[in-house]
Amino acid sequence: MADVVKLYGVAGSPFVCRVKIALNLKEIKHEFVVEDLSNKSADLIKYNPVHKKVPVLVHNGNPISESLVIIEYIDEAWKGVPILPQNAYEKAKARFWAKFIDDKCQPALFKAIASHGQEEAVAEVHEQLQFLENELEGKKFFGGDNINLVDISATFIAYWVGAAEEALGIKILIKDKFPKLIEWSDNYVNCQVVKDGLPPRETPVAFFKKRFGKA
Amino acid sequence: MEDEVKLYAVAGSPFVCRVEIALNLKGIEYQIVEEDLKNKSSDLLNFNPVRKEVPVLLHNGNPISESLVIVEYIDHVWKGFPILPHDPYEKSVVRFWAKFIDSTCIPALFKVFGSNGAEQAIAGACEQLQILEDELAAKGTKFFGGDDINLIDVAANFIAYWLGMLEEGTEIKFVTKDKFPKIMEWADNFVKVEVVKRVLPPRIIPPKAQLLAVFKKRFGNS
Repeated sequence: MADVVKLYGVAGSPFVCRVKIALNLKEIKHEFVVEDLSNKSADLIKYNPVHKKVPVLVHNGNPISESLVIIEYIDEAWKGVPILPQNAYEKAKARFWAKFIDDKCQPALFKAIASHGQEEAVAEVHEQLQFLENELEGKKFFGGDNINLVDISATFIAYWVGAAEEALGIKILIKDKFPKLIEWSDNYVNCQVVKDGLPPRETPVAFFKKRFGKA
Repeated sequence: MEDEVKLYAVAGSPFVCRVEIALNLKGIEYQIVEEDLKNKSSDLLNFNPVRKEVPVLLHNGNPISESLVIVEYIDHVWKGFPILPHDPYEKSVVRFWAKFIDSTCIPALFKVFGSNGAEQAIAGACEQLQILEDELAAKGTKFFGGDDINLIDVAANFIAYWLGMLEEGTEIKFVTKDKFPKIMEWADNFVKVEVVKRVLPPRIIPPKAQLLAVFKKRFGNS
């Protein structure tokens, strides 16, 4: 019996994009249901009543919310390319880094972007990014030779930060300071499964211009 | 070969407590390494260089950080009492609620004390607690995990035990039996669970000024 997989999302969301990449890695056929966040569908509200946000994955009628929770579900429900390591300790490390990116890096990046690259905000984000820079030592991806949960969690850094820099004329990912992160970003966005999941560059650039651009 | 399990901890931390509950649920023998957060050991800084926080679990020399990551690790490695369900979908639902408690509820609660009980902060916290209240009502079970506790209950330990102490200490009372009967009943049951009772710290309430200062510093207006 065929699986029915639907992903509720919007084109420009980095969180939706995370899930798309995971689905691509497992080669899962799915329907993308485009939401209008200013006019949310009854389905979305039914499937994610707590947050009323995208992404939501619906698998054979069962809804799952929160991008990293969805990705872990995808990894457990479907065989194929592993997104998390099998070993318990390696798995714990991957989860630690994904949580660090979500809890620390992401908010710090938003702050730096929203403040138009204000010095203190950028210094704060640099402090967090330095840990990621160090973690990439001797590795092509956070997952080693192949991407894993940590790389996917950091999609915003690989693609959206550059778009924000372009849109607002600011610099966050400085080459001198973060050579490995920049190299990683290049490699990451060139992975086929990632490329297939990313929106066109103009989308996040336009978003940042609209949301944070000077009038 | 014997497992060597150490838990880097401070007394009174709800996050450390989460890990202790999990260890006790599985019947794991462990050694507590008491940390002084004003003078962190070189071990702690070595084992958790990114966050420099407790809890850190050290299992046969391998360090794991972040309380809920540690609890999932414990559930994976040791058999016995299941802390998460086996079914992937049910597991995802449990993870969703644990994340909701960790990332949404608890910060909202911290904000109440950080703002010295600002009306808006209390309203925000109550909004999130109402979601938990409704979830308990909908489930109709003793715990979020059903008849037994699971990851969600463990994640919510702060609400069951520390919240009341903070309310008392700061004299900011907003979680009442009238408003949240299910949560209060759940909390009563949770603290009576044998493995939980065993590891809950004594009920010590710091002076009001000290509490408010700590919360304002860490969780006051951002």
